[in-house]
Amino acid sequence: MGLLSDPNRRRALISLLTRLNSPICVVCYMAGVAWFMGLAFEPFTLRTYMSENAMGSTMVEERFPAGERALTTGREFSAHKKKAGGMPVDWLVKTMQARGLEVFTQRFSRKLPFPDENKERYMVKGTNVYGILRAPRAPRTEALVLSAPCTPGDSNNQAVGLLLGLAQYFRNQIYWAKDIIFLVNEHDLIGMQACITFSPDSCRGGSIQAALSLELSSDVITSMDLVLEGLNGQLPNLDLANLFYAFCQKIGVLCTIQGKLQRNDWDSVSGYSHSVQTMMLMVMKQASGRPWGDHGLFLRYHIEAASIKGINSFRQYKTDVTTIGRLLEGMYRKLNNLLERLHQSYFFYLMPSLSHFVSIGYYMPAFGLLAVILLLRALDLWVQLATPPPRTEDGITDKEQVSSPGVLSVLTPLVISHLTGVALYTLPIQFQEMAVEQFPVSETEAVVLTAIGVYTAGLALPHNTHRLLSGEGTEQGWRVLKLVAVLYLAVLLGCTALINFSLGFILALTLVPVAAFVTPHVPKVLSAFILVILSPACTLLFSVFFFQELQELPVSFQEGWLLYLSVISQGILDHFLYGSLVYPLIALLVYPCWLLFWNILFWK
Amino acid sequence: MAEQKFSLSVCVCVCVCVCVCMCVCVWAVRAMMCGCGRDDFQEELVIRPLHSGDIYASFQFRTVWETDFMRGNKVSHYRLFPKSLGQVISKFSVRELHISFTQGYWRTMQWGQPFQPSPPGAELWVWFQDSVTDVDGTWKELTNVLSGIFCASLNFIDSTNTVQPSASFKPLGIGNETDHRFLRYATLPREIVCTENLTPWKKLLPCGSKAGLAVLLKSEKLFHSSFHSQAVHIRPVCQDWQCKTTSWELRQTLNVVFDLHNSAQGKREWSLFKMFSRTLTEACPLASSSKIYIDITDNPQGEQFEVSPATPLLSQAVVLGDRRTFSVYDLTQQITFGTVRSLNLLIRWKSSDMLRPLLHAERYVAGYGLQTGEIHTLMYNNHPYRSFPVLLLDSVPWYLRLYIHTLTVTSKGKDNKPSYIHYQPSKDRLRPHLLEMLVQLPPNSVTEVTVQFERALLKWTEYTPDPNHGFYVGSSVISSLVPSIVAMDTNSTRERPLFSSFFPCKEESSYFVRVYTEPLLVNLPTPDFSMPYNVICLTCTVVAVGYGSLYNLLTRSFQIEEPSPGLAKRIANIIRKMRGVPPL
Repeated sequence: MGLLSDPNRRRALISLLTRLNSPICVVCYMAGVAWFMGLAFEPFTLRTYMSENAMGSTMVEERFPAGERALTTGREFSAHKKKAGGMPVDWLVKTMQARGLEVFTQRFSRKLPFPDENKERYMVKGTNVYGILRAPRAPRTEALVLSAPCTPGDSNNQAVGLLLGLAQYFRNQIYWAKDIIFLVNEHDLIGMQACITFSPDSCRGGSIQAALSLELSSDVITSMDLVLEGLNGQLPNLDLANLFYAFCQKIGVLCTIQGKLQRNDWDSVSGYSHSVQTMMLMVMKQASGRPWGDHGLFLRYHIEAASIKGINSFRQYKTDVTTIGRLLEGMYRKLNNLLERLHQSYFFYLMPSLSHFVSIGYYMPAFGLLAVILLLRALDLWVQLATPPPRTEDGITDKEQVSSPGVLSVLTPLVISHLTGVALYTLPIQFQEMAVEQFPVSETEAVVLTAIGVYTAGLALPHNTHRLLSGEGTEQGWRVLKLVAVLYLAVLLGCTALINFSLGFILALTLVPVAAFVTPHVPKVLSAFILVILSPACTLLFSVFFFQELQELPVSFQEGWLLYLSVISQGILDHFLYGSLVYPLIALLVYPCWLLFWNILFWK
Repeated sequence: MAEQKFSLSVCVCVCVCVCVCMCVCVWAVRAMMCGCGRDDFQEELVIRPLHSGDIYASFQFRTVWETDFMRGNKVSHYRLFPKSLGQVISKFSVRELHISFTQGYWRTMQWGQPFQPSPPGAELWVWFQDSVTDVDGTWKELTNVLSGIFCASLNFIDSTNTVQPSASFKPLGIGNETDHRFLRYATLPREIVCTENLTPWKKLLPCGSKAGLAVLLKSEKLFHSSFHSQAVHIRPVCQDWQCKTTSWELRQTLNVVFDLHNSAQGKREWSLFKMFSRTLTEACPLASSSKIYIDITDNPQGEQFEVSPATPLLSQAVVLGDRRTFSVYDLTQQITFGTVRSLNLLIRWKSSDMLRPLLHAERYVAGYGLQTGEIHTLMYNNHPYRSFPVLLLDSVPWYLRLYIHTLTVTSKGKDNKPSYIHYQPSKDRLRPHLLEMLVQLPPNSVTEVTVQFERALLKWTEYTPDPNHGFYVGSSVISSLVPSIVAMDTNSTRERPLFSSFFPCKEESSYFVRVYTEPLLVNLPTPDFSMPYNVICLTCTVVAVGYGSLYNLLTRSFQIEEPSPGLAKRIANIIRKMRGVPPL
């Protein structure tokens, strides 16, 4: 800091930073991307380890024997489901009661803001059935949850069968210290939300310590997949993933994350690209802010939760239901041993494979390198604004030129772009009915198309701003505006990255170059094209294609576009149903910020 | 003859004299030894098969002693009454003492009402004599002494978890003093009950666990159950219906619920041996009465039940608003034990319907995040057409700051204004919140009481060793007079089974019920204790270096200042100025 208090050295440092500003920015950007790509390289990552003492050192023995019986129960469930044409509530209640559980049902109904075309639902009515296994001599203060969704069609019957089988087996054990809630939820997350949000008849059993959601659709499986990403990119404590991995290793079940097996050849190119793919899938999923399994809503309540999916592929080696039952038994016994909530291990991490993780300390520098570009540009602008312009020949400076631009010239674009953001946030839902009447589209299409319409209309902003502003924009004016915009973006991305690193990083990757290079003096048409390409909406479009590519399910442009539309509608639905923050963040903050740069480009 | 006659009469005289003398002596010795009147010990076990298939066993041991611990009377001889408790009563001028240790939660909806309700953990409430001047000091000492007697962490009772309820805990014994200045109530919801608490409790019994019903109290079985609760109640009672003199009553109760599902593989069949791994061979020789009651109400024709050996003795009692029939086994009769000289009761039954409990309650915390939350208390009145008032008592630790203005009471969607509210706000680190209110529960309804709270940030030394486990909030207590279906027995002096005579009954139309909700486990904002060193280093560095210099840079502007010239130079310059040459 002595460096900065000495005016001479300070001046030298600042002149160095302004002179070399652009090269430093380019280097920082490259370094940021390189750092991020390096995160998937195994020697740079840490092996996972169990931090929680209560789960690490204690031994449990898995003895669940009744896999076949569980499958029979699953088939019975399937038959009753078909007969009832939905959730066989009475049968479930009876079956759970016969297993010695305290059984409750919860009815719920929900009207979606607009029809969900992916899952074909609008007015949702359903029932959750849950049975509580009361731990002997426990005062009902703590609970664990095991849930299986009741989905239409033939899927997940085995999961419900196994859930009931485990309930029966667990009921006869004496070592439980926490209540265990066995939940069969209807309408996936909507049912789950009804169950968690506390109301007089919601699933209660003291404070829930951990939850697992089980999805299983075949009698035998080849591998178990672990899904961690929850609402708003929240992740459960890493110890939950460690627990799953440890038991898969112990029992000998193939386990995957993001559907990817882990490989041992990290030093080969294909091995590296495999872990990059795995990590990128996690980044994309986390950035979407969607709950990627039924567990997703628990995380908000500080309940560590994950979904476990049984996958049956064409691999030779198969695992039967008894083994999965033993896997779950082991996990629940260890969770039962917990004295405190899971808190020892990381909450912020990325996983390039199930056995390795990248903690927040390792991935944050990648974002930091991108964010520092914004600060450097801001410094540059600040210096430019602070140093008086070169004196004219006659030694008299033009008073008009020097005087700082009016507050109005900065405030107007700020206000207008945010109003556009508000319009983008509110209009799609508000105008769906009108749009349906006027145009031959469905409600969902109406919402999505209105959103895209408002978004595109926002591009006319510079024109509108200039009409409002009397007189020409000054050279100083755009600098001040850009300074504000750059700092705004820096704060915005910084906060986003703290909460949801993936989202912050992806936005930074695209928005930082925009923020860095845009001035009114660059070639207009080319820059406008680049700006649009790097705008949040196009980022989302590319992400859709990229995500499909990563999942090894490439799509044509036509399909990709349809997927893109459905992703937008899902994003809006997630916000209105579960309170996902990505849509409001983009609409109310990121998009207006991008509009400011758009405005600078067309500064007159 | 006359001589003979004389000698005979002398002889008779002497004999009578000796007899009288001896009688007087014995009487004198007895009086000296006791310093008091009679004492009496009764023991009793009630077994009730529950609707859920579990089985409920409730032990009661009652010692009544006609004595007076107060008024400077030094009681030194104890026969049946435990000396340790007698000394506690006289030293701390205790008028009533109720202490319970419970492991597990009583499931009212599955099991109905218990004979003696108790909250999970430890509960202690004491009425002191009005002669006590420093109640808080006495209370503190008393809790420490009891902590030693019962091997429990009662010494953790301090001012932060003690309250003085104004209405919920009236004395159960005789006495008109109801000034709640002399009442102290505290719970420790986290207290874990185990054999170390059972052993001192058993030692208070006159026969210990050597004979009588106490033989059955083996910890390996008692703690292999769904619910376990043991309690000690001391109170003054009337000696007779005129109530001219008082006696001290000590009731030791132990309630246990065995899980049938786990241990019997679904068969509804129980025996004493299966439950307790012991059979009975004798009554406690010191007991005036020793009985086993088996609740057979649900099978008047004997279809549901099969009890063997059968007994001809039947008894009816009105308990908790319901007339119930019991098979009675009198252990003081040799015939009870039969030829094998041991009693192993065997019970087989089929499922039976239970009367739905008229009053029950639940509680939970809603909301997410670590800043605020909301406590919901739900009280159910299941009576089809009668409404009745309940007293709700909530004692919440100070670190949950209740926003009492957000208190709402709603029944059937409508605001239900409590007719009486007693609220004592908390003081940080000194005393808890106390909220008591009288609410009328409409028939067949759920009444919801909600209040929001803020979680306080504790000082770092105030966290428990396992702060991420959460912090406990004790059970709410709901006390009520519930309308009874059958006429209650109001005669308190009549000979009745012990289990039906615990709560005094003043009117025929209603009976007293106390319901406890589950305790809450609340998470407080907890710092990451694993790296205090890092945190301290980082904070210090940031504050010292970063903040200091940045603040310096931001608030000052720097200018280059010419060093001031020396005196000689200044004088030289003045001269040069006068000469008109440019200064140096």
